[in-house]
Amino acid sequence: MSTLGAIAIAPDTHWVGALDPGLREFDIILKTANGTTYNSYCVRGSSGVAIIDTVKESHAGEFFTRLEQVARYDEITAIVLNHLEPDHTGALPELMRRAPQAKLYISNKAQLMLKALVKHDGLAYTIVNTGDSVDLGGRTLHFLNTPYLHWPDTQCTWLEQQGILFSGDVFGCHFCDSRLFNGQVGDFRFSFEYYYAHIMRPFREHVLDALELIEPLPLKLIAPAHGPILRDAPRSYVQRYRQLAAPLLHNEIGASNKSLLVFYISSYGNTSRMAEAVRDGAETIPGVRVSLYDLQGGGNLPFVDLIEEADGLAFGSPTINGDAVKPVWDLLSSLAVIKVRDKLGAAFGSYGWSGEAVNMIEDRLRGLKLRVPIQGVRARLIPTDEELGLCRDLGKQLALHLTGSIEHRVIAMSELLTQESTHA
Amino acid sequence: MPKANVTFEKIGITVTVPAGTRLIEISEKVGAGITYGCREGECGTCMMRIISGMENMSERSVLEDKVLQENMAGRNHRLACQAQVLGGDITVKA
Repeated sequence: MSTLGAIAIAPDTHWVGALDPGLREFDIILKTANGTTYNSYCVRGSSGVAIIDTVKESHAGEFFTRLEQVARYDEITAIVLNHLEPDHTGALPELMRRAPQAKLYISNKAQLMLKALVKHDGLAYTIVNTGDSVDLGGRTLHFLNTPYLHWPDTQCTWLEQQGILFSGDVFGCHFCDSRLFNGQVGDFRFSFEYYYAHIMRPFREHVLDALELIEPLPLKLIAPAHGPILRDAPRSYVQRYRQLAAPLLHNEIGASNKSLLVFYISSYGNTSRMAEAVRDGAETIPGVRVSLYDLQGGGNLPFVDLIEEADGLAFGSPTINGDAVKPVWDLLSSLAVIKVRDKLGAAFGSYGWSGEAVNMIEDRLRGLKLRVPIQGVRARLIPTDEELGLCRDLGKQLALHLTGSIEHRVIAMSELLTQESTHA
Repeated sequence: MPKANVTFEKIGITVTVPAGTRLIEISEKVGAGITYGCREGECGTCMMRIISGMENMSERSVLEDKVLQENMAGRNHRLACQAQVLGGDITVKA
């Protein structure tokens, strides 16, 4: 354990978190070159003491030692949980045992997680929302409901008198340096950007909503739940979030037009011809910009950026050994960092013997919560003129869906089930 | 067998289904974008908005009611994995 004590971040307000310099991989999905911190804070007022977030269970000892340097357990009146992921709530059950009188303050959506974490009957807590506050005597905590950053439960807590925003995972990063403050630690800018790209980016719309609440605050310091405490130029990190949440490039087609991306990969040129037919069909409908991409000629990252901005996606893959090919799966497994829900999706492809790829891609698109209302097109080896016609029609139907001009269809459930079994 | 007509507004498709069908079964087959997480009425993933025809659907169970409340859902919301269509016309925002 580090010998570092509790650190004052403002008068009567201390960092009492924990350092985890040995961590190299966080939650499977994130790398860190020098560990992380689990930041917890203690705020003292004249009539009460609040603890804001706790730490991972494995680091609870460090947290309690630091906490005991600045407060007695029987003084704690409030425990604020900005986010209930176990790296911030691991020490909560023990803290509740040591400070049973403390009231818990959580967001509405945190209830489910709290009950899953603290499994005892009679669990008492107070649900707070934007506009609610807790008075500690000369220190007022105001709550900002900022959901989906990056869990449904997330909120921020604003300490009015000191201009401190306890931001939870927002503005955080995985970077461990015992000097704690952004002006003193090593260069962590890449960690800040990496954390945003992997944790916050899928929730871009919610980031923009949260910024509306955060930007008007007279910020003096941002105290996130991971990584350096942002004391120097805190507003620049808010501005950076604003930039990161904006589209990467100006969109030439304007908001009224829709964008359809057609991705394909082809071994003998058959799926490639189908892709061109899908494009040609879509291009007959005004108001849709159609783009065609060969997956062999591009990398996943730029494609993910394009997909984030697109309205519709069509994927063409041959079937090889009963499966869609790896570059298609590589791209379809890279979409967790962006929001794809509600986009329009479709699949097509040429095959030799069995042709499973189209169904498998459609299933994956449905799993990603895309709308997949048009059955894909499959062609055995070289697509016939009729099959290319079906591809053109698929493109056209997709474009009509995107422009909201699709003709209303009435079908029977039994028909849907038959389609599925003949297509499987 | 009694039938119901379920319209998925965003994709412009009406599906005629036998009474008793759960909405998630229709949504999945028609590709309406409503998918499930747990399929047991606990996770709230398949929450959707009913535009009209709520009276043509099964009553909320205690579990569904609880999950909808926890997700701050309004009166027009249902869990697709729990709600069964009973007959008549129903329109869903999906």
